[in-house]
Amino acid sequence: MRSFATARRVRAFTEVDVKESLLRVVIGGVIVSAFALLGDLLKPKSFAGLFGAAPSVALATLVLTAAKDGKAYASTEAKSMILGALAFFVYSCVVGRLLIRRRLPVLPVASAAMVLWFACAFCLWFAVVR
Amino acid sequence: MKVKVDTSGLRESTWRQYLVRFAFGGMVTAMAGIIAKRFGPGIGGLFLAFPAILPASATLLEKHEKEKKERAGQQGAGRGRQVAGVDAIGASMGAIGLALFAIIVWLRLPKSGTGIVLAGATAAWFIASVTICKIRDQPRIWSRRKHFQTSKHSISTQSHKSANERGDDE
Repeated sequence: MRSFATARRVRAFTEVDVKESLLRVVIGGVIVSAFALLGDLLKPKSFAGLFGAAPSVALATLVLTAAKDGKAYASTEAKSMILGALAFFVYSCVVGRLLIRRRLPVLPVASAAMVLWFACAFCLWFAVVR
Repeated sequence: MKVKVDTSGLRESTWRQYLVRFAFGGMVTAMAGIIAKRFGPGIGGLFLAFPAILPASATLLEKHEKEKKERAGQQGAGRGRQVAGVDAIGASMGAIGLALFAIIVWLRLPKSGTGIVLAGATAAWFIASVTICKIRDQPRIWSRRKHFQTSKHSISTQSHKSANERGDDE
């Protein structure tokens, strides 16, 4: 009887989680696509590149988080986001320089440099927030 | 720097490419939510500034430029990389604006309405990024930098020449 109730609780939790994740996928996908479309429309490319660092994921996440978990929770996320943005700055500077000066292939450089984003973001988080 | 709206970029992109961007964006947003739930808002918040779309955008841009040059009968690989690199440098300026966005949300969200704060922070991101972009493209600053580089180059060339001459004399 007890295990049946636990299973029901787990099922309910998973259903809510899946529903919420699907909602995040849709809202996040729409906002990211909208900013990417704006970037496609504008020239010169250095200006259009700004939209590669648009707060699209942040907007989608913060709206849902503030509504569900409260403003204080969303504000804590935004505090950590500052460090993520600094890591993004380092990442995009390195990728840009490697592509322009070293003439390396785009996809391998942009993908491998993700390690740099993780390293910068987590080092900053351990140094500043933790 | 003159900003132009050019719809030819839209015609070059296929539905599959838009779908890839939608999937990337959606996946990262969902991942940020799951990570925040599992590890807390401190770690989850880092992923709000994850460079989700940049590798996909840079690759698409390189492909478009390469195809454009090859249609004109030229080698397009180098040009594609250059344009993707310029796009990434543009994103670095946007990243500074992104940090400002996060600071505004962090400080203002507990005190004001969510919609107003997010709209204001997005406007601040845009204004800051465009301002940095404009400052970077100031011809006066660049001409000074170029002048400095040129003068440095000429100095080094002159010293190299004089060294050679000295060597010849000896």
